[in-house]
Amino acid sequence: MLSFIAQRLAKAVVVLLAIVVFNFMLIRMAPGDPAMVMAGEAGASDKIFVTQLREKFGLDQPLPVQLYRYVKGIVTLDLGFSFRQQMPVAKLIAERLPATLLLTVTAFVISLLLGVLFGTLAARFAGTWADTAITILALIFYATPLFWVALMAILLFSVAMDWLPSFGYETVGANYTGFAHVLDVGAHLILPATTMGLFFMATYARMTRASMLEVKRHDFVKTARAKGLRDAVIQRRHVLRNALLPVVTLAGLQAGTLVGGAVLTETVFAWPGIGRLMYEALLQRDYNLLLGVFVVCSAMVLAFNLITDLIYRAVDPRIEFAS
Amino acid sequence: MLKRVLLSLLVASALSTAAFAEEPKSGGVINAVIQPEPPGLMVGLVQNGPTQMVAGNIYEGLLRYSPKLEPLPGLAESWSVSEDGKIYTFKLRKGVTWHDNKPFTSADVAFSIEFLKQTHPRARGNLAQLDKVETPDDYTVVFTLKQPFGPFLGIFEVGSLPMIPKHIYEGTDYKTNPANNTPIGTGPFMFKEWQKGSFIHLVKNPNYYIKGLPHLDEIYWHVIPDAAARAVAFETGKVDVLPGGSVENFDVPRLTKLKNVCVTGAGWEFFSPHSWLWLNNRQGPTANKKFRQALMYAIDRNFAKDVIWNGLAKVATGPSASTIKYYTDKVTTYDYDPAKAKALLKEAGYKGEKVRLLPLPYGETWQRWAEAVKQNLQDVGINVEMIATDVPGWNQKVSDWDYDIAFTYLYQYGDPALGVGRNYISSQISKGSPFNNVEGYSNPEIDQLFADGATAFPDSKREDIYLKAQKILTDDVPVAWQLELQFPTITRCNVKNLITTAIGVNDGFRDAWLDK
Repeated sequence: MLSFIAQRLAKAVVVLLAIVVFNFMLIRMAPGDPAMVMAGEAGASDKIFVTQLREKFGLDQPLPVQLYRYVKGIVTLDLGFSFRQQMPVAKLIAERLPATLLLTVTAFVISLLLGVLFGTLAARFAGTWADTAITILALIFYATPLFWVALMAILLFSVAMDWLPSFGYETVGANYTGFAHVLDVGAHLILPATTMGLFFMATYARMTRASMLEVKRHDFVKTARAKGLRDAVIQRRHVLRNALLPVVTLAGLQAGTLVGGAVLTETVFAWPGIGRLMYEALLQRDYNLLLGVFVVCSAMVLAFNLITDLIYRAVDPRIEFAS
Repeated sequence: MLKRVLLSLLVASALSTAAFAEEPKSGGVINAVIQPEPPGLMVGLVQNGPTQMVAGNIYEGLLRYSPKLEPLPGLAESWSVSEDGKIYTFKLRKGVTWHDNKPFTSADVAFSIEFLKQTHPRARGNLAQLDKVETPDDYTVVFTLKQPFGPFLGIFEVGSLPMIPKHIYEGTDYKTNPANNTPIGTGPFMFKEWQKGSFIHLVKNPNYYIKGLPHLDEIYWHVIPDAAARAVAFETGKVDVLPGGSVENFDVPRLTKLKNVCVTGAGWEFFSPHSWLWLNNRQGPTANKKFRQALMYAIDRNFAKDVIWNGLAKVATGPSASTIKYYTDKVTTYDYDPAKAKALLKEAGYKGEKVRLLPLPYGETWQRWAEAVKQNLQDVGINVEMIATDVPGWNQKVSDWDYDIAFTYLYQYGDPALGVGRNYISSQISKGSPFNNVEGYSNPEIDQLFADGATAFPDSKREDIYLKAQKILTDDVPVAWQLELQFPTITRCNVKNLITTAIGVNDGFRDAWLDK
């Protein structure tokens, strides 16, 4: 198992470097640069100002030199300096990452639990009104733009009912500590995490339903019934467990894309995470910050894929690491 | 012989009489919105709008300005001008300290001038006529100019010429000085905390040199990136102040109808945001003066004012906003007249060539405005292609002169020599900046008028020059002026005395108080 992990990690490093180089070139193809953006924000600029900024950021150097310096930095775990935020990129990401992890992990758990639950129910009652209702509901949340669901949730639960806060990570200035702080953060987390969770839930529900219906037709399920096992036991032990394999694959893939979903959610709910940081860095052409977030996100995707492979083994003992 | 000008104290006294008609109450916390999140708070290094909005509480300038743009005492308590208009003597307030309790003196002023010449592009331009700065004693500063510079008394507000602490920055690399993250000023509020992505927290300066000020204990600036979410934050009572531009214009009428909500367009007199369409004078149909004049007749600016901007604007008559010095409306005017536009297009020999229109990528209001203009232009037969960009892309295209028509708005800074001339004189034709003469208009007469206007003395001579310049420009239509914009500040009505000067919220919350 250890050699399997080591092999995968070595491959991950190569993939990560390829991602860095690709993204480095890609972002520089977009029009405008950070010096121009900052000059623009100043509302006035002259050649001296823009030249000073470009020199400061190293943008006056040829592109291969800039790339070499960046990759050299990455290899020594230096993500560089944010042009606009005027802080080391690693520090900025480290400050924001916990908020994003809290949001995405909560949304991930919500989506997975609700998705598997609704998918199981839909498969159990396939062809009935309950199945139809679950399918329609899941499709509605999947098809509706995430930001719109977010705004509607704010209108309903913050403006109309005044139940939940509409923005931020905590109540600013309240200075809560201990359990009160946990409750405060939790209250701020409900709307963004649920909004994201509902979006991703749909695919799990559909996948679980389809997979369970397929597994149900297998001979071993018939055997289990012939043995006189209770339906609940058959569903849980035999059908669901086998049906979960594709769901785990999907979850592994989606775990990485959750940060993509976090861009919109964090922006609408003013959640101070790296999704928003990435969005702002893109608009400001803050190259180092944007690439830094890409590196972290890519590393997360690779890590989730590795974890998915490990979970396979736990779910299905037939899979061996050697293969 | 020096002529002492002390009208400042009279003006200040008149203002305070009006402002303090209600007895201010001390204490309380104000929650305001800031967007986008500023890159830094050291206003000598970062000059964008959000930086000044927050840092205007921390730092101060030598002067403040009344809504009529008359200078008021700031860190300077009085000032005088020599008869030849070349020597300005400022007397500083005594007893002013920086937030770290070090005294503020004339040495800080002289240092700030040198600092800003290196870091602040606008200050660098404003100080071009400065010959030397002398500090005969701790509380006197003498500025000697190479030649008279009419707008000189107008360059001392906190965003244009903030005072920088010499004892912190002297001999250091300004850009990497650790103090940039914990700014030290002389202002009524001190920096307390900045949680990036969430909020900036300022607290009352207990040693502020004006007794009884500030009234508020704390200010929280909340960073909320989405315009709709900012509107909701105000609606749900989580924030008390929405500075101009915080929400989309179409949300303004709804928010102002809420209970206990007040709105004002005041506080933008110094900046006077003036909007226009850059017209590329170098090539294509827009190089033809008749085509440009046709555009002016083709665009229904009253529709834009009433519908897109919900009445929060005024139709612009020319290069100067009506709020700044030497404005005149006795110029060639262009009312909405599609028939006249069509006739001019015919005279211009326009054959339906495609023209590229760049909206300003600043949100929904600007997008809708571009669509309305596109419709107006199509109605008179102009073939318009809308080009979508984001902010960096827009900056790049305009700076590279890669457009035919492009929306913009720029600040005017109270005086034609500071904020108007830069867009029309030939010496400002230079690729690489979206804020100079990017339309490529070149007229030696205009060049001379703006050169003379900046240095003419006394003011009556300047007025004659700028009236003439406005007349010529409105005939030539180098750009298509649209609206004088108003960015309404929306507050709870119990927030009192928030806006007292020509730069409004950008001048800090020094005089604001909460009627609990």
